[in-house]
Amino acid sequence: MSKPEAEAQALVDLGRSVVERAIEGGADVAEAGVQSGSHLSVKVRMGEPELVEEAGSRALGLRVMVGQRVSSTYTSDLSEAGQRTLIEDALELARLSESDEFAGPPDPSELSSPSQWADLETFDEGVSQISADEALSRALQGERAAFDFDSRITNSEGASFTRARGVSALVTSGGFAGSDHGTYASIVVNPVADDDDGKKRSGYHWSASRYYADLEGSEAVGKEAARRTIAQLGARKLPTQELPVIFDKDAARSILGLFAGCVLGGAIWRKSSYLVDRVGTRVASDLVDILDDPLLPRAPGSRAFDGEGLLSRPNVVVEGGVLKTYLMDTYSARKLELSSTGSASRSSAGGISPSTSNLILKANTPSRDELVAQTKHGLYVTGMMGFGFNAVTGDFSRGASGFLIEDGELSHPVSEVTISLNLDQLLQRIDAVANDLDQRTAIASPTFRVSSMTLAGS
Amino acid sequence: MTGRYHAPFAAQGSHTVDADIADRLLRIALEKGGDYADLFFEYSVSGSYAYDEQILKSARRAVSMGLGVRVMKGDATGYAYCEDFSFDAMKQAADTAAQIAAGGTPVAPLEVSMRDTPSRYPVSVESFEVDGEAKKAILERADRAARASDPRVVRVDASFVESIREVLIANSLGHMAHDRQPLIRFGVRVIAEDVGNRQSGSSGGGGRMGLDYFDGQTPEWHAEQAVQQALVMLDAREAPAGEMDVVLAPGDSGILLHEAVGHGLEADFNRKETSNYSGRVGEEVASALCTVVDDASLEGSRGSINVDDEGQLPTRSVLIEGGILKGYMQDRHSADFFGATPDGHGRRQSFRSHPMPRMTNTMLLGGQDAPEDIIRSVSRGVYAKKFGGGQVDISNGDFVFSLTEGYLIEDGKVTAPLKGVNLIGNGPDAMRNVVMLGHDFEVSDGIWTCGKEGQSVPVGVGCPTIKIASMTVGGTQVAGG
Repeated sequence: MSKPEAEAQALVDLGRSVVERAIEGGADVAEAGVQSGSHLSVKVRMGEPELVEEAGSRALGLRVMVGQRVSSTYTSDLSEAGQRTLIEDALELARLSESDEFAGPPDPSELSSPSQWADLETFDEGVSQISADEALSRALQGERAAFDFDSRITNSEGASFTRARGVSALVTSGGFAGSDHGTYASIVVNPVADDDDGKKRSGYHWSASRYYADLEGSEAVGKEAARRTIAQLGARKLPTQELPVIFDKDAARSILGLFAGCVLGGAIWRKSSYLVDRVGTRVASDLVDILDDPLLPRAPGSRAFDGEGLLSRPNVVVEGGVLKTYLMDTYSARKLELSSTGSASRSSAGGISPSTSNLILKANTPSRDELVAQTKHGLYVTGMMGFGFNAVTGDFSRGASGFLIEDGELSHPVSEVTISLNLDQLLQRIDAVANDLDQRTAIASPTFRVSSMTLAGS
Repeated sequence: MTGRYHAPFAAQGSHTVDADIADRLLRIALEKGGDYADLFFEYSVSGSYAYDEQILKSARRAVSMGLGVRVMKGDATGYAYCEDFSFDAMKQAADTAAQIAAGGTPVAPLEVSMRDTPSRYPVSVESFEVDGEAKKAILERADRAARASDPRVVRVDASFVESIREVLIANSLGHMAHDRQPLIRFGVRVIAEDVGNRQSGSSGGGGRMGLDYFDGQTPEWHAEQAVQQALVMLDAREAPAGEMDVVLAPGDSGILLHEAVGHGLEADFNRKETSNYSGRVGEEVASALCTVVDDASLEGSRGSINVDDEGQLPTRSVLIEGGILKGYMQDRHSADFFGATPDGHGRRQSFRSHPMPRMTNTMLLGGQDAPEDIIRSVSRGVYAKKFGGGQVDISNGDFVFSLTEGYLIEDGKVTAPLKGVNLIGNGPDAMRNVVMLGHDFEVSDGIWTCGKEGQSVPVGVGCPTIKIASMTVGGTQVAGG
């Protein structure tokens, strides 16, 4: 496999040629994103290989403007005919679009250059070299560890191991040319147990990292998956009531993800967020600090420059519970009469919108166990289901599973209940934040507790 | 063949794939000893138009094409794909996929011949053949109608998405089939504001059809639906929490059935015995009122297909009849395992994905009751009109659904609109609690997309008015309402 740097240069050259041709064809602005990737995915089940998948993939995305009329096109067909269709379609569609006074590339003075880009340790050659046999054996170890952990693990949805490698380039007619490359390895184990009431309980655990050496051991992942599955045996409903709720870090991350969608500039100017007009006001309890940091080494959401070529920078989103900024690309910043926060994300299909990078709710001092111990009666949530969130109003109601907390200890498992509270109030009712933050995901939170929510059950 | 967008591998394309090329590639795929192989050639093009702040703000188009090669040896699958149709690239994909069977004895594939397929989506003029201005005009009509309908409407977004997916499938059983699958989807979303209170409403539809869709459901009609939903929600009150009777509106509510029952009846979960329906064919799994079918043959429906993504011909599968479980939805692999006939449920998102058992149009058939009698029978409960989406835990059937439009039922009458309603329950329990079924069966308009193991496919759903005795409603109001 070629060195990522050499591959990146080839992608930059291709992007440059597409941009030049689009400008020659009559575009006033042209921006090309080129991607190349390869992956290996394996899955095992009941001790046998179930799937080995291996492939490489390339794609071109183009955004053009004719005046302030915008279009974008995408193709996986990099042949000469494919490139021609890509460019012709983009020009035709731009002429169909109507002039948008806010459309336009960033000012060239805002663009970043190679000397400014930090090395964020996103690429590990070791990941690219993982063989199918090694991947299968890691997955098999993970599944076996789950079966060995407890005899009540009777079945399996399988265990998967995936490695991926990607190189991408961005070239714009405004003068930006840059490339990025990254790797990713992940393992997931998904055991199944039979419950006394005839129900099956399926659980899982996973690990993912940019560097192979940072990936959690297969056995540890398998054991944890089994522990989580067994822990849900005997789950039952609770009576409908108001009670304190602790979200473990997986569930807490999911709550933070809802907030993330509401803090993006696109949601704000579209009035599709309950956070419209809330900068400078309290949106969470004073225990809550939220940072969007694209510059964390080895983190999943790290990038040296954003989807428009602006230099990446950390943005303090919430400080002491007060909303400090929205996350914006050039377009949403213009709509809101503010400045871009370097948060543009370019989809492979060529469209641009603001996005989070590594959005982190900062850890506090108590341990997770201390949080539980301080809670006399409550619900400890480990999983949520469904899509019950209205970003416009903040209304939140989702299915939850986890454990009842009695006298500061986890008691019986709970399922088939919903928990509800408007997200605005939920974040303001956070009365404890734990210290168990990890960097496994691009949106990450430690365990936290909400002083009171409505639980609907029997 | 019509139009500017057609597959390079089709009859007059630049890289025509005929039976001879398919045979050669299948032979390579089985060279290492695999016992089954298939080739999935796909060419897809999609276009989207976003109308926002009273202008067509962006237009997009995407072309994606490639070949996926699958080789099976027992329960193990080797999969590889390539994105160009040069013989070398295709051969390499076949070689890679073949490795799953390394060390086995090669078996020659049967020579392929083209299958006759039905024509379930005859479209006289494909949407791509219509000038972009016509699509802009449709979006403009929706925008104008929504704005004119009420001064509290402060934002309108209208969108139109069109796609053509052309596939050619050849398998080592000797089947070869071609299909061209058109799909359109229209949507309008509004935001209404009233003294600081803000709510959204939306409406949409489409299917495997052309712009003639709008002859039936006009953009103005959808705009009005979206506006009414937003306005109703401006007056919505907090929802009750706890167990009560739930009445589901016809059509859209089929999504609950899709999640709560449909997924558990996909044969892969049952082959692996990880579904709550495993080993229960012949048993009573729903109230005797319930007959559930999955039917790929509805003309023009979003979930319909002429041929599945393994080259099998889909039929109407009866899943539950009079409450008794009749069978699962099979792909080729699971059909082999169960000794059943493949019934055309092997679907995949694209050539980059391997097929698995998936739904097409999943429907709970109608019953005898008048819808108004059903509502009249409820003293206190929830009327679920529109769903935002749902999720199920296949292993035990637990599900959660969120409503985008729901109402309180008090003393047999639909009364106050409710906000933030979730329905939570268990598939088999909910199906046993179906106590009344309306005679007003409807197929939902084409908006639903189903996700499974990271793969999305378009689906259809349908049902009559349904009364479920005692479900958990997840609201915020513990007592009262």
